[in-house]
Parts: sequence; C-alpha cells; structure tokens
Amino acid sequence: MTSTLLERQPASHVLQVARGVVALGVVAGVVAVLWASVGFLVDPGATERLVIRVLELVGASSSAEAIASRGLTPISRRLGTAAVALTVGVVGVWALFIAANRAIDAVLGHRLREKVRPWLFVGPAIALIGLYLVYPTIGTIHESLTDREGAFTLSHYRFAFTDASMLLAFRNNVLWLVLGTLGSVVIGVGFAALVDRLKREALAKTFIFLPLAISFVGASVIWRFIYSWQPAGRPQTGLLNAIVTGLGFEPIPVLSLSPLNTLALIVVMIWLQTGFAMVIFSAAIKSVPSEVIEAARIDGAGELTLFMRIVLPMIRGTILTVGTAIFIAILKVFDIVWVMGRGGNFETEVIATRMFKEMFQFQNFGRASALAVILLVVVIPVMVVNIRNMHRQGVGA
Amino acid sequence: MTALAPPETIEAPTSERRRSSLAGRLSPWNDGGRRPPKAPGQRSLLVRALVLLIAFTWTLPTAGLLISSLRPAGAIATSGWWTVLIHPFEMSQWTLANYSSVLADRGMFDAFINSVVITIPATVIPISLAAFAAYAFAWIEFPGRKLLFAIVIGLLVVPLQMTLVPLLQLYVEWNLTGTYLGTWLAHTGFGLPMAIFLLYNYIADLPKEILESAYVDGASHFSAFTKLVLPLAAPVLAAFAIFQFLWVWNDFLVAYIFLGTGSEVAVLTAQLQQLVGTRGEDWHLLTAGAFVSMVVPLVVFLAMQRYFVRGLLTGGVKG
Repeated sequence: MTSTLLERQPASHVLQVARGVVALGVVAGVVAVLWASVGFLVDPGATERLVIRVLELVGASSSAEAIASRGLTPISRRLGTAAVALTVGVVGVWALFIAANRAIDAVLGHRLREKVRPWLFVGPAIALIGLYLVYPTIGTIHESLTDREGAFTLSHYRFAFTDASMLLAFRNNVLWLVLGTLGSVVIGVGFAALVDRLKREALAKTFIFLPLAISFVGASVIWRFIYSWQPAGRPQTGLLNAIVTGLGFEPIPVLSLSPLNTLALIVVMIWLQTGFAMVIFSAAIKSVPSEVIEAARIDGAGELTLFMRIVLPMIRGTILTVGTAIFIAILKVFDIVWVMGRGGNFETEVIATRMFKEMFQFQNFGRASALAVILLVVVIPVMVVNIRNMHRQGVGA
Repeated sequence: MTALAPPETIEAPTSERRRSSLAGRLSPWNDGGRRPPKAPGQRSLLVRALVLLIAFTWTLPTAGLLISSLRPAGAIATSGWWTVLIHPFEMSQWTLANYSSVLADRGMFDAFINSVVITIPATVIPISLAAFAAYAFAWIEFPGRKLLFAIVIGLLVVPLQMTLVPLLQLYVEWNLTGTYLGTWLAHTGFGLPMAIFLLYNYIADLPKEILESAYVDGASHFSAFTKLVLPLAAPVLAAFAIFQFLWVWNDFLVAYIFLGTGSEVAVLTAQLQQLVGTRGEDWHLLTAGAFVSMVVPLVVFLAMQRYFVRGLLTGGVKG
C-alpha cells in the first residue's frame, strides 16, 4: 500500500516509454470495454448470445444448444442484462478514473503531470454539468424567444401571461406555493416544538418523517384512494367520503370539483414535506441556548409565550431556509398533479404540467421553453436567499 | 463515529478537536444537546394527546394502503379497509394474490429490476464524480478554480424543467432515449451541483495537517484522495448516497421523459402511473403496485435514518 503512496523511482528511458504505451493502452481498453458494454445493453439478443458463448467455452455445449433453440426465460434474460448494466455503471466510472490517472503518471513529465491532474478530477463533472445544465439552459432561453420559423418573438411569453388557461395555472401555482409552504412550515415547526423533550420523541418523529421516503407517484395513489368517491347509497371505500357520509352528508367527488381538488392535492404535498421541515426545526429548537430559556422561565414566561417570543425569533433563519427549500420544491410540482389530477384535468393545471403538455402533446417547444424560463426566473431570487442563508447559518441549525 | 477516525500513522495534534467538532455538527437528531432534558412527565397530557393525534393522522394513509393491498379484490371494492380491523385475525380476509398479480401480469417485477438498474449506477456515478471534483476544488490549486466552483454552485438554481426541451432533442438525435446509459447520465448531470456543494463543504473542512503530512510523505493527489479523503468523508458520502438513491428511485419526471413507459425499460414510478391511467379504479392492483414501489425506499430510509437526518442538517436540500 505504501509503495503507491510514494513517488515512483525514476526509470530508464525505454522502460518509461513502454510504461506510457501500456498505460494509454489500458485507458483505450477500458473505453473499448465500456463502449462494447453499452452496445451490449441496447441489443436485446446480446444476453442470450453471451450466455451461449460462456456455456460453449466451459464445454457445456449441450446446454448451449438448448438455450440457442429455446431462448432464455424472460426473467433470466432480464437479470442478465441487469447484472451487466450494474457492472458497467458502477465499475466503469472508477476504472476510467484509475486508468486515466495511471496514464497521466506514465506519459507526462513531472511538471505537466500536476498541471493536468486537476482536470482529470474536475473534468468529468464539469463536462456533464456543461452538457446537462449549461447547454440546455442556453438552448431553452433561445427556444423561448424563437418562433417556428426561427425568427425572434415574444409571443410565447405573451401567451403565457394572457391566455386564460395559463392564468388558471398561475392561480393554482400561487395557491400551491402559499398554502403548501405555509402548511408544511407551520405544522413542521409546531410538531417539532410539541414533541421536543417528549419521552418517545424519536419514535414520534419517525411517523411524521416516513412519507419523505415515498415517491410523489406513490403518495398520489395513496391519496387518490383516500379521496375516492362512490355515488350516494353505495358503500364508500375512500376514507374521506366514508367519514363524510358517516356524519350524514352527501359524498363529495373531491378530485373533480375545482378549486377543492387543488386544495386536496396540496394536502398531499404537505403530508410529504412536513417531515423534512420538522427534522430541521427540531434540531434548531434544540440549539436554542438553555440559559435563554431558563432566564425567560424565571421571568415567568409560560410555554406558549416562550415559544412565540423566544424560540420562534431565534430560529428565524432556519424558518427562512426551510421555507425557501419547500417553496422551490412546490414551484416545480408535477408528479402529484399529473397522476392525481389526470394530467391537470378538472382545472388542476399548474405550470409544470402545462409545460409537459406543450412539450409532448402539442409539440410546441417554444411555449414549453417560455414556461421553463418563467420557473427559472421565480426560482433564482428564492434560491439566492436560500444559499446565502445556508452559508451564514452554518446550514440548518 | 469510527468512520471518521484517520489512520493512526498520520494522527495530527489537532485532529482530536476537529473530529469532535465534525461529529457534533453531524450528530443525528442532536440528541443529548446543550440543554439538559426535562423530565418527560412535565409535558402536559394535552401535548401528548396532540402529538399522538398528529402521528396517527400522518400514518393512517400509508396504513390504509398496506392493509388494502392485502385484501381480496372483491372486498376492497365493496367495503372500507378499516372494516377488517374488527376481526383482524380472521385469515380468510387476507390474501397475497394482489401482489402476485401486479408483479407477474402488470409488469411490476420488470419495473422493479429496471428501478434497481437505474438507481444504483445513478447514485454511484454522480457521487464518484462529485467527490473527485470536490477534492480538486478544495485541495488542488489550478487556474480557474474559483470561477468554475462559483459556476457550479450558481447552477443550483436551474430547475430541471429548464433542461428538458434541448436535452430531449439531443437524446433523440443521439439515440439515447430509452437507454439505461442516457438515464444514468441525466440523473448524474442534474445531481452533480448539489453533490459537489455538499461534499465540498465537508471535504474543504477536513484538517489541513492530515493532508499536508500525507503530501510531505510523498502521497500523490490521487492516493491522498482515495486513501485519506474518501474514508474521512464517509459520513457525508453516505448521506448524499441516501439522498440520491431516494431521489432517483422515486423520480418520475426524468424516467418518464428519457426512459419512457415501454415495458423493457419503465421504472416503478412510470409503471405505477400507467396503472393509474389504465386501471384507475382497480384498487387491489393499485394498492399492491404502490406498495411494491415503496418498499425499497422505506427500508433504506428506516435503516439509514441517522445518515439521512445528518445529510438534511448539513444542507442536503434537493430543490
């Protein structure tokens, strides 16, 4: 282990050249293997051929023939592909780094080596960020200002800010942002304060926290079931309408009445996000110095006054951090509306679902891009506040 | 905090202090914090009742789903799931048929494999690239370092939606739609700024003495990174790994756009969404399907909760 930590001894000229060639060969080999594997993954018949080859090589030609004639079962074909994909994805990235680092040592002189190495470290990340974030962002801004003939236009933005269906989407987004953020933050901070110093604090928190592990799509199924509706007189299998009819009212088709349906969807988001808020608030509340609390107690402050006048002002920064983070998550809400509102029907449309429709159903990339830019413009100031605040706070506490 | 202990050979004088401050910053739940705990009995009955009520309300939706998924199709359609609680031990009202039906006939098994194949590399690749980059930004002098880092952090503001139109066009042109590779790389690209931000904060804070003594001993940047920094950064790597894992496993938008809903490649969320679209009122299928999609993140989450909380507290907020 220590020998690799130390710089290698200077070798003779011939040896050095040979090592350089070998190292470059290794890099080329790794790239070739990865390239071949990627080709393997997109070819549906490849797993079968590989298994047959392997069986032939180990001499089990009768089994090889059997597979060649009958084919693999779907499950084993699937697992075979999965195994190859996992190996390529996980081992491949490290093999590339290690081989390239060796090559730098073997090929370059002392000086150049340390000039090039940082780029091996940051290069791959920078390249992917450039391809997946910088290039598309510029492309989207450009697309949003261009009409189908390629000329400059503001019509996509005009549409976004004037069309009645868009105004509805904006109204819904505002409802989402205000109620969703407020709901998660208020319940989160309230629960964190209530549960603080309770005997089974960690357990109680886990229950609130658990929905964070559930996907938006999964949560949508869970809540669609709760809101499900049967005509009056039939047994209600949805929890909400069972309660409503149990109290003697008519069952409510929650998901098809606007704006009730949007509120019902916001509840799902609050259910998902409150745990996140609660965890961070809980840590913040615990970091309020005990001297301050004790002093206030001695001055005769009750629990509620203590919370409103001492604790809340002291965790103001955290409230800002959590609030902005949830705000941004909600601004981009898509899955819940897509799955529960059946693609934004019944007036549940929000900006992100509308963007998706413009993109895939109407193929209007200009409009879709304009909507994305609007999201970006709203996110920027909020995110700047968030990052600044995280930096100042030492994050989270 | 054994993962934080540096190798004995390079014990620097200040490492003890540094270690404890790192540990303190990352301690889960901040239990045993600065304030002496109050005797539990002092909390009023009202508070405890309220906490119980909220915890109950929060759990009820998931419990209803799980119970329903184990009931026969006919029963789900005609009576509420809570009715089974009257006679919970009457075995005839429980069944696993819904699970075998969604796994075998509704493509959830294939989707499960696809989710695994997408999620593991889409977690390992970004975390590896980000760790290399974070190390270089923190510990190697090179021209343009500050500017590049500022750009990476600035890109945290870009919403996913900003990238979809050009990327989709690019993917169609390069035949990357519907491929594992394309989806791994997409998740990597989108996750990198947050990963670099998180890992940088931690790696830049590592004790200078440890790294410098390694360099003096002749360690190259590569070996210092793999043998020192990676082990030292294990807690934050674990925290980010859990985030990214949950994020990718639960993602719908990226998978839906770049992988699609074809049975060969669709992941669990996409398959479940399909099921809602085609069998919207077949609750025996939907509840079982939803639970199949939830079980892995729930287990990961419950097992790794400490790391997850640590990650949240160090700013791992995925926007």
